[in-house]
Amino acid sequence: MMAVGLGHFLAVSAILLVLGIFGIFLNRKNVIVILMAIELILLAVNLNFVAFSAALNDMAGQVMAMLVLTVAAAEAAIGLAIVVIYFRNRGSIQVEDVNLMKG
Amino acid sequence: MITDILFYVFAAILLASASMVVSSRNPVHSVLFLILCFFNAAALFLIAGAEFLAMILVIVYVGAVAVLFLFVVMMLDVDFAELRGGFQRYLPVGATVGVVLLVELGIVLGGWQLAPGAVQLRMSPAPTGVPNTEALGRILYTDYVFLFQTAGLILLVAMIGAIVLTLRDRKTSRHQNIRTQTERKVVETLQVMSVAIGAGTNASGGYLRPKQPDPEPVEEHADAGGHGHGH
Repeated sequence: MMAVGLGHFLAVSAILLVLGIFGIFLNRKNVIVILMAIELILLAVNLNFVAFSAALNDMAGQVMAMLVLTVAAAEAAIGLAIVVIYFRNRGSIQVEDVNLMKG
Repeated sequence: MITDILFYVFAAILLASASMVVSSRNPVHSVLFLILCFFNAAALFLIAGAEFLAMILVIVYVGAVAVLFLFVVMMLDVDFAELRGGFQRYLPVGATVGVVLLVELGIVLGGWQLAPGAVQLRMSPAPTGVPNTEALGRILYTDYVFLFQTAGLILLVAMIGAIVLTLRDRKTSRHQNIRTQTERKVVETLQVMSVAIGAGTNASGGYLRPKQPDPEPVEEHADAGGHGHGH
């Protein structure tokens, strides 16, 4: 067993990022699980920031991680509000039905 | 040594619960595994020395964001079994993208090394002998104050946006009708009576009901209606 260093944190956060992206592909219909997968991706980013902050003994990484945390919370709030009004209008949250704007 | 064992334990639980989040059949279980995920990530933050961020992760993420997810999942009456339909259809594409991404990240991680001058380029080196929270606060309110204000602004915009998006206009809510207010005329609302001195208003019934010309009389009309109260 090796001593835990920067590489271990980076490996964990890389696997976490891949799991989040995999979740977006896997749950193409359920937008709530897609939002949760985005949370996982942002958590992986945070883990990277904190790992580099600890390895370089630099506090700037933790400040950036706090900003990412804020943006993730705002994104979750707005995303869930959109889900709620979409469900109110259509009675479903199937992502494949989202074609109101005919994009 | 004990830290290494704890790191592996927490990292294993983190990755296992993250895989359960994306593959669970029931979204409520997904949210609960997400909470477990956040707890283990907070433990990893503690191991890395970011104590304040670990506590923030537990408070903000588990306390607010995950509970928000739980509210929405339970509030929406969705047939989640139906949403699982394309699971097998998207599995090959997702697995391909995931494996390719993981291999690429592995290659990057394998051939990566810290630049020799990286330590000299630090933005704000951590002070020694100062707790993590205090060290974070010292630079957050000085060097990164604009970043801090931007974060506050983002949260404000998110709050206003969420309220505006989900606010439902009810029929019973009282709104100010500008047109009705500006179209009021004196003759419709105000009546000047000549009352004899010392006679009082008892002879005319004590008080007059205000005229109600508007289809939707509001409370202010009755008050401004200029009617003689008895005494």
